[in-house]
Formats: sequence, C-alpha cells, structure tokens
Amino acid sequence: MPGLEDLYREIILDHYRNPRNRGELETPPAHRVEGFNPLCGDEIVVYVDLDDAGVVADIRIGGQGCSISQSSASMMSAAVKGKTTDEVAELTRAFKAMMSIHESSLEGSEAEAAEQEALANVKLGDLEALRGVVKFPVRIKCATLAWNTLAQGIEESNA
Amino acid sequence: MAIAPASDPLSGTSLKADFPLLSRTVHGKQIVYLDSAATSQKPEQVLAAMDLYYRNFNANVHRGVYAIAEEATNAIEAAREGVRRFINARSTAEIIFTKNATESLNLVIQSWGRANLSDGDVVVLTHMEHHANIVPWHMLAAEKNLELRWIPLTDDGQLDLTDLDSLLKGAKALSATAMSNVLGAFNPVRTLTDAARAAGAISIIDGCQSVPHSITDVQAMGADFLAFSGHKMLGPTGIGVLWGREELLDAMPPFLGGGEMIRDVRLDGFTCNELPWKFEAGTPAIAEIIGLGAAVNYLEALGMDNVRAHERALTEYTLSTFSERFGDDISIHGPVDSSIRGGVFSFSFKDLHPHDVSQVLDQHAVCVRAGHHCAKPLMKLLGVGATARASVYIYNDTSDIESLGDALEQAGAFFAF
Repeated sequence: MPGLEDLYREIILDHYRNPRNRGELETPPAHRVEGFNPLCGDEIVVYVDLDDAGVVADIRIGGQGCSISQSSASMMSAAVKGKTTDEVAELTRAFKAMMSIHESSLEGSEAEAAEQEALANVKLGDLEALRGVVKFPVRIKCATLAWNTLAQGIEESNA
Repeated sequence: MAIAPASDPLSGTSLKADFPLLSRTVHGKQIVYLDSAATSQKPEQVLAAMDLYYRNFNANVHRGVYAIAEEATNAIEAAREGVRRFINARSTAEIIFTKNATESLNLVIQSWGRANLSDGDVVVLTHMEHHANIVPWHMLAAEKNLELRWIPLTDDGQLDLTDLDSLLKGAKALSATAMSNVLGAFNPVRTLTDAARAAGAISIIDGCQSVPHSITDVQAMGADFLAFSGHKMLGPTGIGVLWGREELLDAMPPFLGGGEMIRDVRLDGFTCNELPWKFEAGTPAIAEIIGLGAAVNYLEALGMDNVRAHERALTEYTLSTFSERFGDDISIHGPVDSSIRGGVFSFSFKDLHPHDVSQVLDQHAVCVRAGHHCAKPLMKLLGVGATARASVYIYNDTSDIESLGDALEQAGAFFAF
C-alpha cells in the first residue's frame, strides 16, 4: 500500500508552504488564463509573459487548490521561467509522461518508444518529487492542472 | 435557543451487521463510511431481493404471459406500491420510475417546462441547489428566454425568506431542495409551497437528501413534484423516482418515447400509455426497482421517525464533540440547531485543503467526500472552492464520529507547519 510519504514528499510540502512566483502580472503584456478541475473545484490562474523570441520572460500563479496542485504549479513556474515555448512543451510532455499520460499513443510503438526515451532524458529536477502522485490516480488531475493551463495560455498568446 | 437533547431510539441496535460492506477493511483498517449523502450502503435485504430476481424470475415486465414474467411484473408493481406508501402519495399512477433524481428533475423541467413556460417567464430557485436543479433550468432558460431568480441564504446557511413573496411575484415555478447536500439544512418546504401556490406557481421539490432521512408525506408537503433517488436510501444505483400530482402528469407531454410508454403506434403517430407508464419508456431497471422496494420496506420497519431521531442525536453529538475537540480549528457550515439540520457536515479544517484532509482520512479508512458537492454557486457564496464533507446514516454511530475526529487529528499533525 502506498503511504502518505510517497505522495507528500518534503519538497512538495515546501512548495505548498512557500509557493514560488505567486501573484499577478500586468495584462498585457502578460496573458492571463484560468484552469479548472471540475471534479474538485480547484482553480488556478496562470499569468504568462512571452517575449518576442518566444521565451517565458515571467510567470505568476494565482488561484486556490490542494497541496499537490499548488506545489506542482509552484515547481512548474520555477522550471519554465527563461525557457522557450518549445522547451516548455518538451518539459510538459516529459512531466505528463511521468504522470503516465501519453499524448502521442496514436503513433507507432517504435516512434512512441523513441519519444519516451527522449523524454526520459529531459531533466525534471524538483518535479521528480511528484512521481509518487501516480500511485494515487485520483490526484493526477491535481498535478497536471497547472501544466494544462499553462499550455492553453501559451497557445492563446501565440494565436 | 436551548435545544433539548435528542434521544436516540436506534442507539444500541447494531444495524452495521445488516450491511456487508461495513465489515470490510481498507488499508488494513476497519472501514468508517461517512459519505452517505453521496450514496448509502446497501443492506443484505436489498442485495438478496435483487439477487433473487436474477436467479428466480428474471423476465421482462408487462409483456410475457408466462409465470416468471408475471412474477417480475408483480414485483416491480409491488415496489411501486411500497414507494407510494412510503411518501403517502394518493395513487401509484403518481409514482414514476426514472434512472435517478437528475432524470426526474430533467423530466419535469423538459416536459412540464416546455409545455408551460414561454418567453420572459420566471422560475425561482435557491442558492443552495445541486447542479441537477440548476443546469436543466439554465438549458431551458436559454431555449425559452426564462428569467431565473434565486432565494438567498442567511449567514448560518438557511434560506432567507425575507423577500420570498416578491421573488415569487409573477413566477410560474419554484424549484427548491428540501435539504441541502452541503449545509445539512432542512428547508421549510410547506412555507415554500404555500407561497408558490399563492403566487400562482407550481412547486418542484428535490428530495434527494430529505427523503432518505425524514418522514415524507407528499400530500402534507403541498408540492406538485418531488424528485429523489434510490441509491441514497439504501437502494441500488440506477433507480430514481419522480412523484407528481396526477392531474399535472396527465396533462404533460411524454418525455422519452419508445416501448412501454405507448398504447398504440401507427404510421401517422402514437397514443400514450396511461400513468405512470406514459413516462417509463423502454425496459425499466427491474432489479433496481425491486431493490428500491426492499430498501423502502427496510426503512419502514425501522420507522422514519426513528431514523430522523437517530440522526438528530448523532448530529448533536458531532457538532458538540468537534467543537470541544477542535475549537476554532474546525468550521462546520450550516445551521447549528439540530431541529432544522440533518447529518451532513461540510467543514473546513485548519487551513488544509479538503483534498489533502480526505487523503489522510483515507489512510485511516475514513471515507468522506472532498470537493464542490455539485453545488458550485453555493461554494462561491460560502467563499470556498471546496469543502470536506462527512455525512451519516442509520448505520453510523458515535464511534464513527470518534474515528473521524482521530483521523482529523492525524491530518492536522501531518500537515503541521
């Protein structure tokens, strides 16, 4: 049986207690996007400011949620700042792969295996601490909420 | 106001033994089930009745002339009579089986609403409704350009009826819950239905939470429609009930079309069957209806006045125990007077998110709900995104409340910053 310590790693609780990049950004130039977890009512607000080169110049997180969704958002904000949108997309895919969500499963198994191998090389850093969430399937949506919201924000910024 | 301590006629009787699931363990611990507002557990008697149908007289109903088809038909019609008796309806013609209370509400709102409401008409709801009594109205409002008005709440989570008459002025329908699935508050249904009738509006009551936990008398209630579900009152999932006044049901167009609900079908049209089958298209949930019938019999044998008294005593115990144990660390939404509230406790604990609280509780085999309880407008009003919710039923006792308290202490310790 997975225990609470598998889920609530110390680094997760640290990000929950001391969330990074909490707040708002002026819109524009930043883009504001809201994400909802319809199951539990959690909501997150992501402010993302992309510069002309497509780099995440700044990011802020608002909203409310559980320790998993809030710490995932906090770690994400720290991880994506200064990265290009392509790098953010790759990091997002790697994070979701860790959460056992494979978006490209329609491609051939060989291509998928290559993709998985490539993603395995992406450095997740602190985000690795969220690996235990997979053992608690109900909470996966908590961990991915911020990432889906950021992806939507970047898509809307580029539109 | 001083509240006389409620006596508990069911204390000392161990009903847990009737519920097989309650004897199982989770994570190596004896299960503590405190989520009956979401769905109740099922007694042996309900499981046996459903099993007997499949093993002994599984046949479609209202069709075959052979013996087991007749037995199946008799069984569901006996269950219909049981439900009629349970809510004191005038006739079984008024008891319509649906798949759940959500379908019951949609049936009324779509069938009665589309036939009787038009551009600019007013419907009055409350701020404590479940999504099932909000979204179907939004859908019809968009189609018919209806005006939805909302009865507000007092600070302690009761309906604020100060402006009821003006809210109802010109309204065609009032649709309200008899008991909040978040606040635990019992609403003054008769006051609502009287005011609605005086204003010329019909009244639709959501009885999902009230019917399993208190005496229901549709004739004394003064409503026109009552919706409730089987699975929250010891019955199986997949079966709900709509009660309606016969003259209204008679005048309404059918909801779903198909077999069973027709008397005649021709190339140029059809004629509806009589009530209640007019609203029961297709093969019904036969085993589930039989299971609901057994659930009603079980509750009647206990006595709904005893059920209510037991839960009232447990409500008082919970409110006082948690107040003593946790003081300001816990905040329970809804009224504190047990005469107007049932055993549903939505709470905030310290600054912890309900997801995190319920995760720790799960490790102690304590089952509570965490989330918005399908009542997002109410959550917004309460100023919270979500709450944890513990809810009790006949099989719960003070030891379950103690287990919840112990697990909450563990949650507090685990997340102590």
